[in-house]
Amino acid sequence: MTYLAKPKLHHPSLAPNAAGYTRRDYEGKISTLCAGCGHDSISASIIQACWELDIQPHRVAKLSGIGCSSKTPDYFLGNSHGFNSVHGRMPSVLTGANLANRDLLYLGVSGDGDSASIGLGQFAHCIRRGVNMVYIVENNGVYGLTKGQFSATATKGSKSKRGVLNPDEPVDLVGMALLLRATFVARAFSGDKKQLVPLIKAAIKHPGPSFIDVISPCVAFNNHEGSTKSYDYVRQHNAAVNRLDFIESREEITADYAPGEVINIAQHDGSQLRLRKLAADYDPTDRIKAMNHVQERAAAGEIVTGLLYLASEAADLHQYISTVDTPLNQLGTKELCPGSAALEKINAGLR
Amino acid sequence: MRQITAINDFVVKFANVNGSGSASANELFARAILRMGVPVSPRNIFPSNIQGLPTWYEVRVNEKGYQGRRGGVDLMVSMNPQTWDNDLKEIESGGYLFYDNSKPLPASKFRNDVTPIGMPLTEICNTTYSDPRQRQLFKNIIYVGALSALLDLDPKEIEQLFTEQYKGKEALLQSNIKALHLGRDYALKHLPCPLGIRLQRADNVGDRIFTDGNSAIALGAVYGGASVCAWYPITPSSSVAEAFIAYCKKLRTDTASGKNKYAIIQGEDELASIGIAIGAGWNGARSFTATSGPGISLMSEFIGLAYFAEIPVVLVDVQRGGPSTGMPTRTQQSDLLACAYASHGDTKHVLLFPEDPTECFELTAQAFDLAERLQTPVFVMTDLDIGMNTRLCRPYAWDDSREYDRGKVMTYERLDAGADFGRYLDVDGDGIPFRTYPGTHPTRGGYFTRGTTKNRYAQYSEAGPDYVDNMQRLMRKFETAKSLVPKPLLYPAEKPARFGAIFYGSTSPAMQEALDTLSEKGIHVNALRIRGFPFADELSDFVASHPWVFVIEQNRDAQLKTLMVTDGKINPARLISVLHYDGTPITARFIVEQISRHAGARSVVPLKKAVA
Repeated sequence: MTYLAKPKLHHPSLAPNAAGYTRRDYEGKISTLCAGCGHDSISASIIQACWELDIQPHRVAKLSGIGCSSKTPDYFLGNSHGFNSVHGRMPSVLTGANLANRDLLYLGVSGDGDSASIGLGQFAHCIRRGVNMVYIVENNGVYGLTKGQFSATATKGSKSKRGVLNPDEPVDLVGMALLLRATFVARAFSGDKKQLVPLIKAAIKHPGPSFIDVISPCVAFNNHEGSTKSYDYVRQHNAAVNRLDFIESREEITADYAPGEVINIAQHDGSQLRLRKLAADYDPTDRIKAMNHVQERAAAGEIVTGLLYLASEAADLHQYISTVDTPLNQLGTKELCPGSAALEKINAGLR
Repeated sequence: MRQITAINDFVVKFANVNGSGSASANELFARAILRMGVPVSPRNIFPSNIQGLPTWYEVRVNEKGYQGRRGGVDLMVSMNPQTWDNDLKEIESGGYLFYDNSKPLPASKFRNDVTPIGMPLTEICNTTYSDPRQRQLFKNIIYVGALSALLDLDPKEIEQLFTEQYKGKEALLQSNIKALHLGRDYALKHLPCPLGIRLQRADNVGDRIFTDGNSAIALGAVYGGASVCAWYPITPSSSVAEAFIAYCKKLRTDTASGKNKYAIIQGEDELASIGIAIGAGWNGARSFTATSGPGISLMSEFIGLAYFAEIPVVLVDVQRGGPSTGMPTRTQQSDLLACAYASHGDTKHVLLFPEDPTECFELTAQAFDLAERLQTPVFVMTDLDIGMNTRLCRPYAWDDSREYDRGKVMTYERLDAGADFGRYLDVDGDGIPFRTYPGTHPTRGGYFTRGTTKNRYAQYSEAGPDYVDNMQRLMRKFETAKSLVPKPLLYPAEKPARFGAIFYGSTSPAMQEALDTLSEKGIHVNALRIRGFPFADELSDFVASHPWVFVIEQNRDAQLKTLMVTDGKINPARLISVLHYDGTPITARFIVEQISRHAGARSVVPLKKAVA
């Protein structure tokens, strides 16, 4: 953790973005996580992504469950409303918040204990309902806050810091997200911000359920020999399928690539995703092939990262249940109460 | 043989097999009586099953308007051989047994103090209809036809109900009318019509409506401005959400766009349902969930979070008996303590107790104002007896000048003007802080919502004094709630009374009847109906002014009494519990019997009189 707060004085070189905010305006409280924690890198990436996208910080709602990862929303976007809810239940609270006001941007931050164990059900149902949100799991395979127990994403046979071997099969969150039809699925490594920042930006711009599994090593309890979530292990086994450049609509694509090297995908709002291919024949728009590829490489011991799947047509819960365009929390007595005349008719029908 | 004779005052019980289509025929019977101006109160007694198990429908006809369950049966309509023996036992001496005599039954299957009325229903159906489903469904209408003759029920009223029900479906209308007369004509020709118990047109229904508590709650939620509902199916509360869906479709569709001014989510479980409701409440929409006792248990962690994070949310608890299977289709008032103190840590919650569908509507609508004013979970405590049975009650009313009370919400303008915003800051002594909706102001009013580790300005704090400060403010807020929840209602005895009686919820109709009966017996009782928790001061005043106070409840552990003693600081020595908890609705007979016994033991007879 950082013990000294950075001075709030803005350096003249800290340029404001189009929304008038400098990068510092997207910061939050000082992190209380361990020095070197992968989660702090994710927080920094969220800050960078929001700054680059000119997002107004107060138009973001950041929600989390319980655990180290769930503490992090306090460490970015200090002017946003945040909600540190109960263990494993961020998805339901976020769903309700989203129903109440469809105009805000919803960022759900969770961990592997929070989402793959106690909250596995809520994770799954939130994805299948198609809640428009960015769902980030800060995945370190271990319970940090309670000091080193295995989590449900720990690989079978991986070794704990105390030398115990994990006897259980891991829960594959990316596999589940694909199966339950999240329309944006990615996996990244917290140690690679160049990969992570564009993914977060693309996820924010995606008008549907976006899921990012970020492998985020725990320096205190899961960064040793025998762990499959350590910095060294992830670096050695990372098999990125592509590298994303997120391009906003106003930019013209000018870079020159050899045919077959790049895929351009237009998002719903007109922004462009440019993917440089790293794995031959990997097509992130084909859900079934993506599922096959991720499973195949996992069986070979590799950690597939990158933008794994992006649906060309995305929709969200509000469209499915046909809610009005005005946020429900802005409807007042006049819009919501049918009044006494309607009630008289109901009375007449009950006699 | 003595036969019971009574006009407009008797009980008919239908013993059926569930899934046989009897429910709608039985309700038709009850509605037709209402149309004759005679009050009825029907009750469904049904198993936790879809098809094949026994089910009963008990209709109490009472011109005076008593709607509690009376106990005992005057006419049994016995359509289920499985339950024949027990059904026969339930008939009052001098009562009647209407049954299907298509197959002869031995004399041992009858009682010599009960008049048997046999009708070959199956035979009539088999000769008239060839389709097995029609045989089954019209059999129900045929017995309603026969009953119309036996009880002097005006067939025109039944025909009128058919006309309303089958508007535009001429074939269905005619076939139902045909079946009705098939039964009626047979009865007029072959059976002793009318019986000693029968109907007579009256004028005691007035403008009252006939509806069930769950629909009323749903309508109350629509009128109360609920725009988000999340729920998980559980008997006996499922029809709350289903009725909300139906009412919203009718009343909450935006005419211009055709889109919905509501969002309803069937959660994957109760945990998700309350989570969604809390998320919506946090973000400024009026939200609720409906469940029963087991759901409350599952939601308890979240309920505590909402209490400490001060999030408005409404929970409807349609109470039933005990855990898991067995008693879910029976009624009880056994979740009071579970709801009043739901969750871990020091928590207390606001409870409302409606007595009937009309109050279900009123108190549910009010619950949303209370939840937002107090920024806390508010429970509407109903039960299966109110929720799933149709009752005759006051018509719904709404004052069009009424505006929702959105509570203390800090606006953009106030924030921009530099108002001091502390999310947990008590600015005026009522214990209620201001809140902001997410997204209100670019630089002010944002805060991080947590359970307990915080100070007045919502900053992270594990300091003991900050915790205590917050907990004491929450206590002040609960004190404020006292003055906002509906006050108890006093039902004074006609003569000076030494006994008091406290009751609530679905006990109400039985209690009103019991008070009249007791008064006729010379036992005068002042009664107080509790409508909200925390208790108003009227409660302790009432107890203090009577040497003995009966507390009538439908649970084993005297849960309201426990709340009165622990939270209302009431001396338990004065309180005598009257407890009914077998899963059937409490009856006036039970209350009268219990109170008479206790009152007898406690009535001091002057010495002179005693020796004389």
